[in-house]
Amino acid sequence: MMTGVPLSWYLILSAVLFALGVAGFLFRKNIITVFMSIELMLNAVNLSFIAFSYQLKQVNGHIFTFFVMVVAAAEAAVGLAIILSVFKNRATLNVDDVNSMKY
Amino acid sequence: MQLWLIPVLPLAGFLINGVLGRRLSRAVINIVAIGAVVLSFAWALKVVFALPQAPYAEHYFNWIVAGSFKVGCDFAVDRLTAVMLMVVTGVGSLIHVYSTGYMAHEGGYYRFFAYLNLFMFFMLTLVLAGNYLLLFVGWEGVGLCSYLLIGFWFLKKSATNAGNKAFIVNRIGDYGFSLAMLLIVVTFGSLDFGTVFPSAASKPEGIVTLIALLLLVGACGKSAQFPLYVWLPDAMEGPTPVSALIHAATMVTAGVYVVARSFPLYIHAPAALELAARIGLFTATFAATIALAQNDIKKVFAYSTVSQLGYMFLGVGCGAFSSGIYHLVTHAFFKALLFLGAGSVIHALGGEQDMRNMGGLRKHIPVTFWTLMCAAVAISGVPFTSGFFSKDSILLAAHHHEPWMYWVGTITAGLTAFYVFRAMFMTFFGEYRGGDHHPHEAPKAMTIPLMILALLSLVGGYINVPTWLGRFFPTLEYPEDIALVVISVAAGFAGIGIAYVMYVMKPGLADSAARSLGWIYQLVYNKYYVDQIYEAVIVKPLVNGSRALLWRVVDAGLIDGTVNGIGARSVGLGDWLKLFQSGNIRSYATWVVFGSVILVIALGLVGAIR
Repeated sequence: MMTGVPLSWYLILSAVLFALGVAGFLFRKNIITVFMSIELMLNAVNLSFIAFSYQLKQVNGHIFTFFVMVVAAAEAAVGLAIILSVFKNRATLNVDDVNSMKY
Repeated sequence: MQLWLIPVLPLAGFLINGVLGRRLSRAVINIVAIGAVVLSFAWALKVVFALPQAPYAEHYFNWIVAGSFKVGCDFAVDRLTAVMLMVVTGVGSLIHVYSTGYMAHEGGYYRFFAYLNLFMFFMLTLVLAGNYLLLFVGWEGVGLCSYLLIGFWFLKKSATNAGNKAFIVNRIGDYGFSLAMLLIVVTFGSLDFGTVFPSAASKPEGIVTLIALLLLVGACGKSAQFPLYVWLPDAMEGPTPVSALIHAATMVTAGVYVVARSFPLYIHAPAALELAARIGLFTATFAATIALAQNDIKKVFAYSTVSQLGYMFLGVGCGAFSSGIYHLVTHAFFKALLFLGAGSVIHALGGEQDMRNMGGLRKHIPVTFWTLMCAAVAISGVPFTSGFFSKDSILLAAHHHEPWMYWVGTITAGLTAFYVFRAMFMTFFGEYRGGDHHPHEAPKAMTIPLMILALLSLVGGYINVPTWLGRFFPTLEYPEDIALVVISVAAGFAGIGIAYVMYVMKPGLADSAARSLGWIYQLVYNKYYVDQIYEAVIVKPLVNGSRALLWRVVDAGLIDGTVNGIGARSVGLGDWLKLFQSGNIRSYATWVVFGSVILVIALGLVGAIR
């Protein structure tokens, strides 16, 4: 199964997805987009876990992936609630405007 | 023999009175304080009567153990200790009794007796100690009690100053003492008397001399010898029983005791012994001349104490250790009596200490007069009183050592007789000059100790201390010389006679003599300006130097500068670092990415990633 696809391809894909996630996090201003970029980074990591897990015939990678998915789901719940609350209070979704927690 | 009981009983008295004293009645305080000391005296008597011939020591516990070096809590008793025990607990008991009368109208009653008991504890530790370190504990402890009791009336500025002066001047001596102890540890590997003394002969003379000289520095501080005597006259700010107990009879003789205790070191350090004799002789004469012109009755006796301590140093310095200790014992009797009598006079006059405002008290307070007279004839060396025996044994030893020392000592004996009888005549003879005050005799608690001490001053010389100590110290062989005795006695009588002429027969003579002497009188009256010289040469430069260099430069500049500088730099750094907390999430993320990249590169460089 999938003998034709070497491990490095998965890793390159994972790296590319992660880089996209980082770039989105850094450069987009909409909180929802920033949030989705985080999900993208998490899933890029998941991909590399699964690839290694398959390659090394080890179940650890799967377990880590489930953990990450659970955390991501919880984070989505909390995160979306925060975003809703921010929008209700400030009527904006621009991250640069949400900067009152500073020195 | 349960030696520990002797010092621990007064310690218990101190704890009871010190902790609970505020709530106890005066009667209970008296019973506790006097009871503790009298029981201690009784136990000391028992120990002395059962004194074994062989050296006797008791080991309680190891105090310091470091490799092969060991210091124990050891008490030892021998003939020298026995003599000291008798003097300290005996005279101490009498002074405790006397104090109940003298302090009856004073506040801080329990505090006074607690300190007095604490003093007894430390003094007995000092004389019972079986090694130098334990001796030093007692040595410092009595210094502390001296400080506390000099400053007993701590609301009086002069009293607290005098306490500080005593403590600070004693630091110099104690520094010498501690250096001596360190040198003993390095040289002998032990501080036990039993280990150090037998091997003193096998050590190089230079190092033994150095140890002996450093011990002598300590002894000079504690026993108020030139140039460290200046604290003792000021110490008279304390209550008079304290002057009698601590600053006449016991604590100030600790220096003589240490020199006598360390005699195996000193006989191998003749240079140190010679210096002790010369310091003693000089101090004796020097202090006696100051005493000639003082008008405060306690100051006269204070300088007299310095002078008599000089005699003791002269005695031990001439190698006549037993004569020095003999004089220590008789001096404890008659000087304690002089002070207690002076206290009785002061008590009778409601606090007056200036002899110019006394006079004619013989009729008003006869018991005080007659007892003080016993002390006066004893210190003047009138034949067959206690002072006669001890002083002449010292003077004979001095003559044997170097004849000129005898002559100087004899002149000093004449001066001593003069100033003591000058004080007696100014106080008790002539007309009362104190105005309307009606002097009253002291209560029995004060007069009975006076009478006992008067008896001891007269017949104490027959307690033959030199014979008792004969086997303990190396004996000096020299012929008795009746001519020398006659000369020194004649000097004493001459002093008494001149005092009688000047202060009783022709009262105006003293003033005209003072006027005709002019600047010499002023010099002596002002105590040779020693305090002023110390002030100008030592205290002022020290204070100014401390203020200019140590305070302004070192403390304010260097130390505060460093600490405050670190603080200011931290604030500056924080001011810059806080900019990173901008509240901007994307800038945080940038720093996280930046940090991760740096981390990965760094790990790559050190080879953690393969």
